[in-house]
Amino acid sequence: MKHRTFFWFFLPTALAMLIFIAAPIGSVVIQSLFVPHEAVLVETENCGPFGCTKSVVIDQEATAELREAEPLGRFAGLGIYLDRGHLAFAEVSEAWTTSQSIGEFFSDVGDLPFYRAMAFTLTYTFVVTPLLIALGFVIALAVNSLNRRIRGFVIFFSLLPMIVTPLIGSLTLYWMIDSRGVIGEFIQYVAGSPDLSLKASTPLMWIALMVYGIWHSAPFAFVVFYAGLQTVPQDTLESAQIDGATRWQQTRYVVLPHLTPLVTFVALIQLMDNFRVFEPIIGFNASAHATSLSWIIFNDLSGETNQLSAAATTSVLTIIGVAILLSPVLVRTWRDFKGKA
Amino acid sequence: MSSSARQAPVSLKVASTLFIVFWLVLAAFPFFWTLWGSFKVELDFFSIADWTNAITGKLTEETHGSTFTGAGYYGAWVQEEFWRAALNTGIVCVFVVVTSLTIGTLGGYALSRSNYNYVFWLLIAALIFRAMPQITLVSGYLPPFFAWNLWGYLPTAIIVLVAINQPFTLWMLHSFFKKIPIDLDESAKVDGCTQFQAFRYVIIPVMWPGVITTGLFSFLLAYNDFAVTTMLLNEQNRTMVPKIAAFLGTTYTEGNVMFAVAAVVSATAPLFLLVMLFQRQIVSGLTAGAVKG
Repeated sequence: MKHRTFFWFFLPTALAMLIFIAAPIGSVVIQSLFVPHEAVLVETENCGPFGCTKSVVIDQEATAELREAEPLGRFAGLGIYLDRGHLAFAEVSEAWTTSQSIGEFFSDVGDLPFYRAMAFTLTYTFVVTPLLIALGFVIALAVNSLNRRIRGFVIFFSLLPMIVTPLIGSLTLYWMIDSRGVIGEFIQYVAGSPDLSLKASTPLMWIALMVYGIWHSAPFAFVVFYAGLQTVPQDTLESAQIDGATRWQQTRYVVLPHLTPLVTFVALIQLMDNFRVFEPIIGFNASAHATSLSWIIFNDLSGETNQLSAAATTSVLTIIGVAILLSPVLVRTWRDFKGKA
Repeated sequence: MSSSARQAPVSLKVASTLFIVFWLVLAAFPFFWTLWGSFKVELDFFSIADWTNAITGKLTEETHGSTFTGAGYYGAWVQEEFWRAALNTGIVCVFVVVTSLTIGTLGGYALSRSNYNYVFWLLIAALIFRAMPQITLVSGYLPPFFAWNLWGYLPTAIIVLVAINQPFTLWMLHSFFKKIPIDLDESAKVDGCTQFQAFRYVIIPVMWPGVITTGLFSFLLAYNDFAVTTMLLNEQNRTMVPKIAAFLGTTYTEGNVMFAVAAVVSATAPLFLLVMLFQRQIVSGLTAGAVKG
């Protein structure tokens, strides 16, 4: 295809992506370097019959003028990145010098909003991803050994947790795990303590969120692995049998190596997706126990005060995190491309 | 599967069947439980006294005279005007799918028929864009949308969703078009067609399976979106998912939770139908990117 034709074919989608994806990323980076202007204050003296009082009022006109002249706000450099709501270097170093033990240091740092969110986001990402891969793999093996006729039926129900809107899926689970829900009551019964409640316990909430994460994403892993199982080379499997390999050995040395590229693929995709964990925190009403980077951005944006700069800064930090997780995917795509060329 | 060596031992068969049953319960039970419970009163669905009330509907019978009640649905759809949200979701989904497929098809076709190096870099850029969390983009949209008075309207959210959807659409359609032999359009061009005519008369008639699969995923993205629609739409124009979130925000007074439960069931129903009708396409779409790589 000629460059010219390509250009016209590609223009609409390129424009859409430039204006609504590339430009906002740029705008977020710029916003994160500025803070809104403070109101211009003027001191006036009111003199009455009982003497003079000084009062400070906002000069509305001058404030509006200043905001008009520099709509971005005051340049703050990396100031917002270093403040208490984000990387908080000052607080971290203070915690380092004042705390007696490592444990105390971590608990001090854990109180800072950014590190609190980071702790949950990373735990969630690195616990959920391997477990969902394992579960997906086992489901795929089990479904593959089923009778052909009921496979479709099983696949239908298996897809549901993934297809259903994350917020709706998390609500469905939350209402059951809630202390008044059916599973919640069951847990209370098993644990023998009627006070056990999701709302009151941080570890329980973390576990519930991770169970949701695995439940939601395992079907994706299952579908990918199931498709991969259909292409396992039958000759290799047969020769393994002739050589006396047990069923376990066949799975371990023939099936698993065949699926390795798919495992990498699912792992890379899911690491990125789990890093953005957001909806379950809303659905489980979990923000008192667990926050994520995405949740902080949402919270800053939806509050009354509309803290755009703070949200933009967290956005940039999130993008950096995604970029780190994305780099192996890019390297892999680059190798594929080189391999084909 | 005929050879006797391949026959699984009984113990393994039993274990695997049990596991499948366990997984099916895990995957499907929450939905059926919520569906059943949505026809009860709150004190039955969230039963403190006795969990079997949720099944028998004891208190529902006391309140409404029957073990099933549509009160939650009436409250959500009529009283809280959930129908408006459903309508908005319908509008958003239709326009997102149509627009995103139109420009995505042109772009994906171009990518599949060009062999220059920039194709690779465009695909890489799309991959990077796909990885961006949507909520981070939203904080970039808000200042200009407020300034130009674009905030709150359906078309704004539609365009944003189309754009966010493009990277995935491009990747998927690119790989589908790669499977359509290039000889088809080459021979049309030999016969004197322009590239666009070749696309119009030769490619469009054969591209529908891939386009339908891609369209399904565009639909799901628009239907399931929470971050964009909740931040960019005003109260009047809210779609279903932000509306449900708003139900939760209002206090958990009696009855109100059941509105949310009824709304959740209503919003899940179309997805059930979708998976039932298009299961094959969804599976093939999910595996398209993976199995080759």
